[in-house]
Amino acid sequence: MATFKEFRNNVKPNWCPGCGDFSIQAAIQRAAANVGLEPENLAVISGIGCSGRISGYINAYGFHGIHGRVLPIAQGVKLANRELTVIASGGDGDGFAIGMGHTVHAIRRNLNVTYIVMDNQIYGLTKGQTSPRSAEGFKTKSTPEGSIETTLSPLEIAMSAGATFVAQSFSSDLKQLTKLIEEGINHEGFSLINVFSPCVTFNKINTYDWFKANIVNLEQFPEYDASNRVMAMNKIMETNGMLTGLIYQNKERKSYEDLVTGFKQEGLAKQDIKITPEQFDKLVAEFK
Amino acid sequence: MISQLSWKIGGQQGEGVESTDRIFSTALNRLGYYLYGYRHFSSRIKGGHTNNKIRISTKPIRAISDDLDILVAFDQESIDLNAKELRLGGVIVADAKFNPTIPEGIDTRLFAVPITAMAEELGTSLMKNMVASGASWALLGLPLDVFNKAVEEEFGRKGAAIVEKNVEAVKRGAEFVLEQAGGPLDEFKLDAADGQQKLFMIGNEAIGLGSVAAGCRLMAAYPITPASEIMEYLIKKLPHFGGTVVQTEDEIAAVTMAIGANYAGVRTMTASAGPGLSLMMEAIGLAGMTETPLVIVNTQRGGPSTGLPTKQEQSDLNAMVYGTHGEIPKIVIAPASIEDCFYDTIEAFNLAEQYQVPVILMTDLQLSLGKQSCDQLDYNKIEIKRGKLVTDVPALEGHDLFKRYELTEDGISQRVLPGEKGGLHHVTGVEHDETGRPSENALNRQNMMDKRLNKLNDMYVREAIRVDAPHDTPDLLIIGMGSTGGTIDEARSLLEQEGVTTNHITIRQIHPFPTKPLLPYLQKATKVIVIENNATAQLAGQIKMHAGFADKIESLLKYDGNPFLPSDVHKACKELSLDGNVQRV
Repeated sequence: MATFKEFRNNVKPNWCPGCGDFSIQAAIQRAAANVGLEPENLAVISGIGCSGRISGYINAYGFHGIHGRVLPIAQGVKLANRELTVIASGGDGDGFAIGMGHTVHAIRRNLNVTYIVMDNQIYGLTKGQTSPRSAEGFKTKSTPEGSIETTLSPLEIAMSAGATFVAQSFSSDLKQLTKLIEEGINHEGFSLINVFSPCVTFNKINTYDWFKANIVNLEQFPEYDASNRVMAMNKIMETNGMLTGLIYQNKERKSYEDLVTGFKQEGLAKQDIKITPEQFDKLVAEFK
Repeated sequence: MISQLSWKIGGQQGEGVESTDRIFSTALNRLGYYLYGYRHFSSRIKGGHTNNKIRISTKPIRAISDDLDILVAFDQESIDLNAKELRLGGVIVADAKFNPTIPEGIDTRLFAVPITAMAEELGTSLMKNMVASGASWALLGLPLDVFNKAVEEEFGRKGAAIVEKNVEAVKRGAEFVLEQAGGPLDEFKLDAADGQQKLFMIGNEAIGLGSVAAGCRLMAAYPITPASEIMEYLIKKLPHFGGTVVQTEDEIAAVTMAIGANYAGVRTMTASAGPGLSLMMEAIGLAGMTETPLVIVNTQRGGPSTGLPTKQEQSDLNAMVYGTHGEIPKIVIAPASIEDCFYDTIEAFNLAEQYQVPVILMTDLQLSLGKQSCDQLDYNKIEIKRGKLVTDVPALEGHDLFKRYELTEDGISQRVLPGEKGGLHHVTGVEHDETGRPSENALNRQNMMDKRLNKLNDMYVREAIRVDAPHDTPDLLIIGMGSTGGTIDEARSLLEQEGVTTNHITIRQIHPFPTKPLLPYLQKATKVIVIENNATAQLAGQIKMHAGFADKIESLLKYDGNPFLPSDVHKACKELSLDGNVQRV
């Protein structure tokens, strides 16, 4: 069984020192080892942006796609070979701005993919513009007078789209984050894990200290029941989306792969693709 | 006795035009006639005039005809819009319900058959289609038992009572019209067909069938006219082969899902039309850059923007050839027949894997939706070639990665699938080195660009150009693509009778452009006419750009939404042969 070190490679990330993404990378590597994966059976699909580079920093099959399209690519990989563990990852711009349409539909579709969003509330790679996660009034290069749009709540959107696994964490809480990623991987269906990942260069508001002061860990509510959808939605609203931990999990709903008629457990990519003369004749006969 | 005739049914969309056509033509197919259909429809579900035309022949045909022998009309509008097509001696079979009249100046016989009334007598106006097709069948003097058998197969699952009612509807329609006409019409008596049952399908079905045969097991697509039938076919078939179809949220998701699935090793396609193709452009570049196999079917319709969504056009050629930013290798193939749709689809999947490039299979609305006869398809011609896809590669040492993008003589590198232990590598749309890791090194950049762009040097698909050149020095060389070939050939036989000699080349490989095989024919030609359904002569532009000869190339263009008629082509070629100018249709 592979150790977390085997999920490391020799590439030095081009993230700024202190970037929250480093911890997320480490958490993915630890979680992959903890759930017993081998590097060749893990596919990490990532988007465009600072965080999108993560697929190149993990020793696994990595696919760095195009902006906002992480999820359709990841779902394609999973459909082609459901024996692979598929982790999709990208930033809040990638997933909640340009890729929001895919995010909602990937949630609805519920393929067994773990989606980790590195949420820094800003566009970093393009050097500091507003993101759908930026707070109202947030001043950036593209919103010099402060953002006049509302902040998007991915957790509420995920819940209303019928998500079967919703979690949120903070990159400084490596222990919680690792555990949530493990749970996400083990979840039979689509898992959304939104991770606060401070941008130390362009976001001077949502800093490590700011998050530490504002985060609400669900552990402090012993009566919280993550299988209760209404409770989950209430808690998200009560905490203004600042809660961390496993927010909601529906273990009843089957994954997309399990609902597709005739879909086998064996990866489709491994199945024989040649049709027999009998099969061919039968197909052709319909056109007579 | 005649060897061919044309039949058309018209009515409001949703009132049984489609089903009448289907039953009538299925029965004709049973008798072994060659059929070629054309659907005129609007982008809505109910209401609006629609008509289906079928050409029936004892010999292979691949074109709609200029004129019409029998018009079946469910409403007066169908008569008013279509009666002018009737040839001298043609007839109208119309529903007596609306008191049909013949428009002024048109000389034709009208049979008013109580189509709706008879259907209602039998229980439901839905059976109008049966009464109407029974009447048509009877006028041709064809054996009713063959028709009844087709009805039995269509409705057998619904029980004997339903079959019986439908058979009765057919009989009543037939008897009524025969009484009015005084028996089958001699002038519509068709020669016996060869009795060999043909395959009867639309291009989209042939593409669907071809993709199953090619081992395509996943499709990701978004509904669009005129591509949706491919998806609908595969939705029915792929589950029997372990696969599935995902209807995605948009075409960007469709194409990127297909890229992900191809990367992970399953032959996956998507299909769309102009607007969807435009949305896929960025992802096509990703497939080109990451050398991921990809098959896209683009069923062209009238553009630009929403354009004419249910009409014929061939105006996406430039978008397919040039689309996506930057420079990538890409293959564009244009099937020109139903048989091509089947075999080219298989080839598209092979080429995508052999060259690790995106392949666009380009049809047009008439080829995609025109239902037509096709000779038997050959199982033995199905070959699956997966190129340099490798398994069981040696284990990697330390932090080494598999050289997925190794620089090779032919530019094509070995490909491994996720799950392969010794195959770990990176994939990115960023410029990368041999292991797939991002690199901005100038020399690497040049090497990688050359590697990708030279992959398709001297690549030719099966029949990159299809040549019918009976003359060494013809008066005219006619060049076309897609669905226009049959129309061109019909015009040619007329021209031939008038002493105008022609050769005909169908360009099947649109990109990379097959300059080399085409060149000798252009050199020998004195006059060339390029025929295409667009306004800016895109195919002619490719020919001129790659091969030259701008001085002897003329264009015949049609972009009013309708396919070329043999008379359009005949007229233009005649004028050109007489040194006239070609007017656009």
